[in-house]
Amino acid sequence: MLVADPPLAAEYQDLRRRLAGADIAEKATELAKISLAVRRSVVEMIASAKLGHIGGDFSVTDILVTCFAGVLNLDPTRPDWADRDRFVLSKGHCAASLYSTLAFCGFFPRAELTTFMAPLSALNGHPNRVKVPGVETNSGPLGHGFPVATGAALAAKLGGQPWRTVVVLGDGEMQEGSNWEAAMTASHYELANLTAIVDRNRLQQGARTEDTKALEPLGDKWRSFGFELREVDGHDHAALLQALEPSTTGKPVAIVAHTIKGKGVSFMEDRVEWHHKVPSPEQVRLALEELV
Amino acid sequence: MTTTYDCRQDFADELIKLAEADERIVAVCNDSVGSSNLVGFRERFPDRLINVGIAEQDLVGVGAGLANGGKIPFVSAAAPFLTGRALEQIKADAAYSNTHVVLCGQSPGMAYGELGPTHHSIEDLSWMRAVANLPVVVPADPEQTRAAVRWAIENPGPSFIRIPRFKVPAVTPDGAPFGPGRSNQLTDGDDVTVIAIGTLVSRALEAAERLRAEGIGLRVINMPFVDPFDVGAVLAAARETGGIITAEEATVSGGLGAAVASLVAAEHPVRMRILGIPNVFAPTGSAGFLLEHFGLTADGIVAAARELLGHGLHR
Ligand SMILES: Cc1ncc(C[n+]2csc(CCOP(=O)(O)OP(=O)(O)O)c2C)c(N)n1
Repeated sequence: MLVADPPLAAEYQDLRRRLAGADIAEKATELAKISLAVRRSVVEMIASAKLGHIGGDFSVTDILVTCFAGVLNLDPTRPDWADRDRFVLSKGHCAASLYSTLAFCGFFPRAELTTFMAPLSALNGHPNRVKVPGVETNSGPLGHGFPVATGAALAAKLGGQPWRTVVVLGDGEMQEGSNWEAAMTASHYELANLTAIVDRNRLQQGARTEDTKALEPLGDKWRSFGFELREVDGHDHAALLQALEPSTTGKPVAIVAHTIKGKGVSFMEDRVEWHHKVPSPEQVRLALEELV
Repeated sequence: MTTTYDCRQDFADELIKLAEADERIVAVCNDSVGSSNLVGFRERFPDRLINVGIAEQDLVGVGAGLANGGKIPFVSAAAPFLTGRALEQIKADAAYSNTHVVLCGQSPGMAYGELGPTHHSIEDLSWMRAVANLPVVVPADPEQTRAAVRWAIENPGPSFIRIPRFKVPAVTPDGAPFGPGRSNQLTDGDDVTVIAIGTLVSRALEAAERLRAEGIGLRVINMPFVDPFDVGAVLAAARETGGIITAEEATVSGGLGAAVASLVAAEHPVRMRILGIPNVFAPTGSAGFLLEHFGLTADGIVAAARELLGHGLHR
């Protein structure tokens, strides 16, 4: 099990205190800077591992950063603190952006990121809670995170505990039936403490979602499953912060976050092959040039 | 250097060839058109590639329905998700219902290396073996992959074919038998037997060569049909050699080793070494690294053979 990096964790706590007093525009500016750093680190991790899922890493980065640096109640030095907020990255193939975000918060030393997918590294291609603090459940097979998050939210409700649970799903991942089973459970138990975010980048592994197995009308589906629906630009930190406000209806919240796969690097944006293509050294250089 | 092959290509090529002649053949996948190597199939037969999206339970159920409607569906997905996620559909809709569904588990074993245990398919042989009325085929090379596709079309019921992605050399001799209950003996030897499947076959041959230099005869048997397997060859090995090693890229809990051991224990007890992945989740690492890590190498087979001989129990 990796352990916290106390100076980094302290810096993170300082940042959280500062942001708590800031207005939403200032917060968004600060979060955007972190997103940039996370994307840069993702490029380096994937370039050195020669493996990874860069497109989905980039579409989900702003969501991850907004959650971890702007919303969730966490203490990286006490990852098993009972009343922490729960965060589940169900689209576990985007481990690189999760690891970078966790390292930014001080859950473990940043130097660890260079071991991404190396032999015997804690940073496996998909997140492992047994080895990586800040990971709540092991994901990788799609369609697992939402039921687990639903259970965590249900536990809080049953125990009258204050934490909230946030789960991030891929849009292609929504084709898995288990998600809709969880959605029914969450709404049946009126889990107002649960937020499901769909990273709606409109691409899956092989093609566009709508050309593979259409999801639309996605918002209507969420509503009819009993969720309070919020649709936002998933790269707008301010909009994400607002969307992550607690439920106002007593229902669980679904956020459809409209995103761009490969966001931030022009030649990767909205291109299906960047689902898991690995950038060449020249492409790494170009990507880092754009991520400033 | 020996040429090695990614058998997904041979699977796809053979399927296209046969689909030209038999329009009942369709392919069904779960967003995995590329990773199942079905891009060519889709180009050739756009209407006969059914993509149900990321939905493996639906995948196998739809496959069973297609079979019911007179098609021969090749239901293809990454082996861990096909077998793990859709296990009950495989049992009830394919096997118990006796439908002509060909389950194609792509990139099995630890082929997905660094992607980790969620993506490793090492339980599949145990799970598939445990399901009645479901032949389990583990091709070791391109030739066997093609033979498995041909056989599965002729075989009127369900079957599971485990298609290697980790590159393997050609190991099948010309005219080798292929079918349920058949195996190939690849080397002569009366000291110890190794029964190997899939990626471990070429490693077993390498071990045999090394042991031959020491005057030890290792009988190498390749048994692509793990279920139903070649009972005669196993019992002959038990009678004629000083012990049996099994070698597979799968968990030791319930796969080839367990199949062989339960027969041998009942009919002709001999010492065995079951080489596979112990009951643990693999650490991070590439497929090649992990095979070494778990001793699934020629060295590992040589060591097991020496150990069995060291017991002096043979003949
Ligand atoms: C159960 C299961 N089936 C298949 C896969 C293989 N797979 C990995 S990522 C992916 C596409 C995911 O698409 P989406 O959810 O839209 O994620 P994103 O586009 O954000 O990367 C697929 C099919 C898997 N990981 N799990």
